Order: sequence, then C-alpha cells, then structure tokens
Amino acid sequence: MTDATSQNSVAGNERRTSSLYTLDARTRRRNAAETRFKIYGMTAVGIGLVFLVILLVTIVRNGIPAFTQTSFDMPVVLEAEALDPNGNRDPADISKVSTFGYNPLIEQALERLVAEHGIETEMSGADLRKMVSSGAAAQIRNTVLANPDLIGETVTFRVLASSRVDGYMKGRVTRDDLARDKNLDAEHLNIVDVLSEEGGLERAFNWAFITGSDASESRPEQAGIGVSMLGSLFMMLVVLLLALPIGVAASIYLEEFAPKNRWTDLIEVNISNLAAVPSIVFGILGLAVFIQLVGLPQSAPLVGGLVLTLMTLPTIIISTRASLKAVPPSIRDAALGVGASKTQAVFHHVLPLAMPGILTGTIIGLAQALGETAPLLLIGMVGFIASNYPDGITAGFLSPNSAMPAQIYEWAKRADPAYYERAWGGIIVLLLFLMTMNIIAILLRRRFERRW
Amino acid sequence: MNMTEMPTTAQNVKNMPQNTKISARDVQVYYGENHAIKDVNVEIEDRTVTAFIGPSGCGKSTFLRCLNRMNDTIDVCRVEGTIALDGEDIYDKKVDPVQLRAKVGMVFQKPNPFPKSIYDNIAYGPRIHGLAKNKAELDEIVEKSLRRGAIWDEVKDRLQAPGTGLSGGQQQRLCIARAVATEPEVLLMDEPCSALDPIATDQVEDLIDELRNQYSVVIVTHSMQQAARVSQKTAFFHLGNLVEYGETDQIFTNPKDPRTESYISGRIG
Repeated sequence: MTDATSQNSVAGNERRTSSLYTLDARTRRRNAAETRFKIYGMTAVGIGLVFLVILLVTIVRNGIPAFTQTSFDMPVVLEAEALDPNGNRDPADISKVSTFGYNPLIEQALERLVAEHGIETEMSGADLRKMVSSGAAAQIRNTVLANPDLIGETVTFRVLASSRVDGYMKGRVTRDDLARDKNLDAEHLNIVDVLSEEGGLERAFNWAFITGSDASESRPEQAGIGVSMLGSLFMMLVVLLLALPIGVAASIYLEEFAPKNRWTDLIEVNISNLAAVPSIVFGILGLAVFIQLVGLPQSAPLVGGLVLTLMTLPTIIISTRASLKAVPPSIRDAALGVGASKTQAVFHHVLPLAMPGILTGTIIGLAQALGETAPLLLIGMVGFIASNYPDGITAGFLSPNSAMPAQIYEWAKRADPAYYERAWGGIIVLLLFLMTMNIIAILLRRRFERRW
Repeated sequence: MNMTEMPTTAQNVKNMPQNTKISARDVQVYYGENHAIKDVNVEIEDRTVTAFIGPSGCGKSTFLRCLNRMNDTIDVCRVEGTIALDGEDIYDKKVDPVQLRAKVGMVFQKPNPFPKSIYDNIAYGPRIHGLAKNKAELDEIVEKSLRRGAIWDEVKDRLQAPGTGLSGGQQQRLCIARAVATEPEVLLMDEPCSALDPIATDQVEDLIDELRNQYSVVIVTHSMQQAARVSQKTAFFHLGNLVEYGETDQIFTNPKDPRTESYISGRIG
C-alpha cells in the first residue's frame, strides 16, 4: 500500500514521455502471451481436425466396398429327374431333396457358363462351385419350393459370388494371396476376369447388406445389417416412450415443484453421478433385474430398450433441467401474476419455451443409446441372429434380435476379412443414423427457438 | 421506532375507514435469517394511486410482493402479521393464492410479455379464469383491455404479431393491459417505468392516472418525481421500516420524519 503510493508520487513528479508508436516491454510480453495462446488453440483444433479427417477417410475407404456385391448371372437347368424323381410335383416330395441335392445343378450351370465363354479349364465342377456363395444352393432350392412349376425349365439365377471372388473384384484379394488360400486358384481368377469382361459376372449395389440379416461365418457375402437395424429401431422406440416422459416429468418436478432440501440435493447429486456410470454397469443391472428377476426373454429389444432407458434417463433429466432453468423467471412471474397456478405456468409457458432444449437433449440421449454396445453384451443381444424379420410388433419387441453396434462388434470379431469390410460398412450405416438424428436435433432447435 | 409510525396510520384509518382496500397489520417478512420487513402497518385505499418510495433494498418491492403473495414462490421467504383485502386475511389457510392473484394483478419491473401473440398475451388470463364464454366475448375482453392499457390503437392491426416484437414502452403497456384483462381490483406495479425511456414513461404514467378510476393502484418507484406526479398517497420505506405514510403532497412538502426529509431532499438513499 505504502509502496504503491510512493511509486505513484514518483511517477507523478517526473512524467514519463513514451511514444504510442513503440511498444513497451510489458505490452510486448502481453501480446506475445496472447499470440502463444492463440497458437496453442489453433494447434489443438488442427490436431482434432486431422484426426477427424483420418477417421472419416478410413471409415469410408474401408466401409464403402461393403455396399457393393459381386454376383453371377447364370442359367440353371432345373432337371426334373434330380429335383422331383417321382414326377408328380408333390411339394412334400420336392422338399425331400436337400440343399446338397442342388449342388450338382450349380456345378453343371457353372461348367456350361465357362464353356460358353470359351474358357478352357481342367477344374471339376466342385472346384468351380467355390466361386459362388455356399448359400446359392439354398437360394435356388427356395425358389423351386415356392414355384414347383419351374422344375424342368432353365431359369437364370443371380447368385452371390463367394467372398473371395467378391474380394478379388473389389481389390481386397490379389493374386499374391492365392498361395495362402486353398479355396481359390489362379484358374478361378482367370475365369472371373473373363466373365467380368464379357458379362455373366457383375458387381452391383448391395441392397441385401442394408436389408438382410446376419449370416454364418463362412458366408459373409450374405450378411446384412437390416434385421439388427430393426432391433435398434425397436429399442429406440422403447427408450423414447419410456425415457422422454419419465425424464421430463422427473425434471419438471425437481426443477419447478420440489422443495429445496437435503433429499432433493441428494437426488440431484446422484442423477449427475448416474450420468457418469459406465454403461456396462447398467447392462449387468438389466441382466439381474429384467432377465433374472422379472424373467423377460434374453436378447429381446424390449430388455435392451429398458436397459438403455436407464442409461439415457440421467442425460435427458440433466438437459431438461438445464433448459427449464434457462427459461427466464420473469415468464413464470408473468404467468403467476395473472393468476395462473404453478402447474399452468409450467405447462402453458415454461415447458413450451424449454421444448427445443428438451428435444435436443432427448435426441442426443437417443443417439448415445443407439451407439451403445456394452450393456447389450450382457443381456445377450450379440447372439448370432440370422433369422428373418420379426413378424409383427410383439415379435419385434420380444423375439431375439441384435442391434447395429452389437452386429458390428460381432462382424469385427469374425476371421474372414470380408466380415471386416462389413463391420466398416455397418459403421457407416450407424454413423448415417447418428448424423441424421443430430441434424434433426439441430433443426428442431432452430425451428422452435424463440427469443424473449 | 414503532411509535413514530402508529399515529400516522391510525389517523388514516380514522379518516377513511370505508375506503380501505388493503390493510396490513404488523407485517414482518424474513428471508431466511434476514429480517427484511419490520412491523409494517398500512392502509391502502381503493381508487387511489399509492406510491412506495425508498432507497434500494429498503423492502418496498418485498412488501409489494406480499400483497399478492408472489413471495410464496420464494422458498426461504416467511411472512408474519396479517394483510387483509376487503377485510379477508389473504394469508389465511383457506385462501388459494391463485384466486388472490386474479384479484390483485401485478406488473413487473421489466416488461415480460409471453413469447406469444399480442392477442394471446391478453387472452391468457381470461382464458384460464373462464371469463369468456366464446370467441366473441374473448375478442371483446382483449379489445377492452388493450384500450384500457392505452395501446389498442398501436396494435389493433397486428394482434397476431408476437408481443415480444413491440418496443419497451409498448410491451409494458401490453403487460398492464394483460394485468387488467382478468378484472382485478388492485393493481400492483413494481417499478414499471425503470426500463423505459422518458416518453414511454410519460405514457405509462398517464395510463396509471387513468387506471385510478377503476382500481386501487400500488406502485413501487425509485423516482420521487414519478411518485409525486402519479400518486395521491406515498409511503416511505427505509431499512425495512415504513417510516412515513401520508398524502403525497404532505410527504413531499412537509415530511414529519427527519429520515423522510433527508431522503426526499437527496441527503440519503
């Protein structure tokens, strides 16, 4: 204090004359610190951007091939003596011919296809069959069972190529890999080269990847994410229907009505804590309560949805309370001032104003739940679900299903590199969903945002 | 301290016993540990503008908010004593504050229209109180209230425009119109002009003078000139006490209490 005064008086006596054009040392240091800090900030943002670009490029490069699929277009002669030995077209008799019974037909069809294009090969039909998916026989058999009249005719089928041939067409499999692959020979690839040039082999957009279900380990070309997408959809429905009303009601009560005392403080602290609880903890809670105690079925989207609801509730409550708090108190005063009850003030004025924030929080919570994998592991939603679509709403909620992230996890675990590709493709689908949800959140916020 | 107040209040009661609208007896207000209002006794008259003046933090707004129980919304706030509206204790257990606030309307310091249309701002109160049977009646109430708020001519062509798009002075008159739409008997105004420019202030003051014909108006103001201009009765608050209450002319020309005199002459506050 005394120092300052004495310094002041000294400065007062001999007035310093410094030009505005030269920076004094203190200003220079201050400016340098500011520049340094700006550089740190830009570096941090730059590193973030670089990683984002690397992430996106990697995902797109690895995942895009999953959206195309190579298949053969080949005429198959559905020989009557092989498929319907009795000749009476009795469905019971036709179904006695197993999938294996169709393999010779495929082999003959391939031999003809190869011969047609003038390719000389010493490979047997069985060797040629390695080029097509092992699901091809089942595909033809199903068609025949559905239309017994086709027996005896020649029908052109589009059958999936095996994952090796598909990989070769996409550049994933090269001739260098042949030495390590007993299922693929140079001769196969020669045939593929000719066929893809002359027709008979085509790489097209892979709708089956988007609409299909999972397939067995040896048939990655058949696997799709469609059914697990449905599983995710049903889970999200459960989350939305439970978490939104419960979360919003809890927040409104806590924010607007609850007395401020030790109990509500405790609840508040615990809600914040719950938001930070690892999701796998919710998973094991769901396993213990919903499956073991209540006896709900395993792997069911209903249970998955319940677990994700528990996980999403804190997020929704926190964001809802924040947006309720952001509504200026003057609006509440205005409503109370004209004689509205507390409930009327909240529901007529405060809630509509808080709605954009609530919806944004809810959608962000849903997006988080959509990408959650860990709790699903514990309630068995990572099983091998190759079944077809659930028939009806009840089955949708109760029959075993997978979910997108769990399906991706499953694929990433499998040995075949074709599954690795599908995992990346699945990531793209998942990210598209998340982006859509986030865009909806932004649009809602823009649309309903009001100024006061 | 009490002794200086009692004669003034007692005198007023004697002078105008029939005309009393709100009567406060020994009102104490506590914010937690803080004793914000001490022993306030006041008789507020019907069809009169009563001004509460005093330095910041003297409790005039707090006391105003007791008159329609807006303080109920503050958890730590506790009110003791009796405040009677037409002889009925408003802090009685049987009284629903919602019903009370329909009778005792309030206009706030900052214009706070709902972020809705001008029409909906006015119609909200009548709607929740069921004052209109049909759309035509509601339209009528809206027009009447906007006319009373002296803003009808400015907004009659854009009733569906948002109330928040009006200028500050218009917003405040809209809020006054909103307050009178529920047919209150008392109108409380908490520094209604502090956010307004002089021209808007002038318009609102004219409006207040007009409202006196139908309502008992209580206005809290920081501006002594405003109190002198619009009010017939003035109450001077200081440190939570009602120091002096009387005819506005008398308070400003011939204050009885030395504290009042120092305040209006600008020595304190």
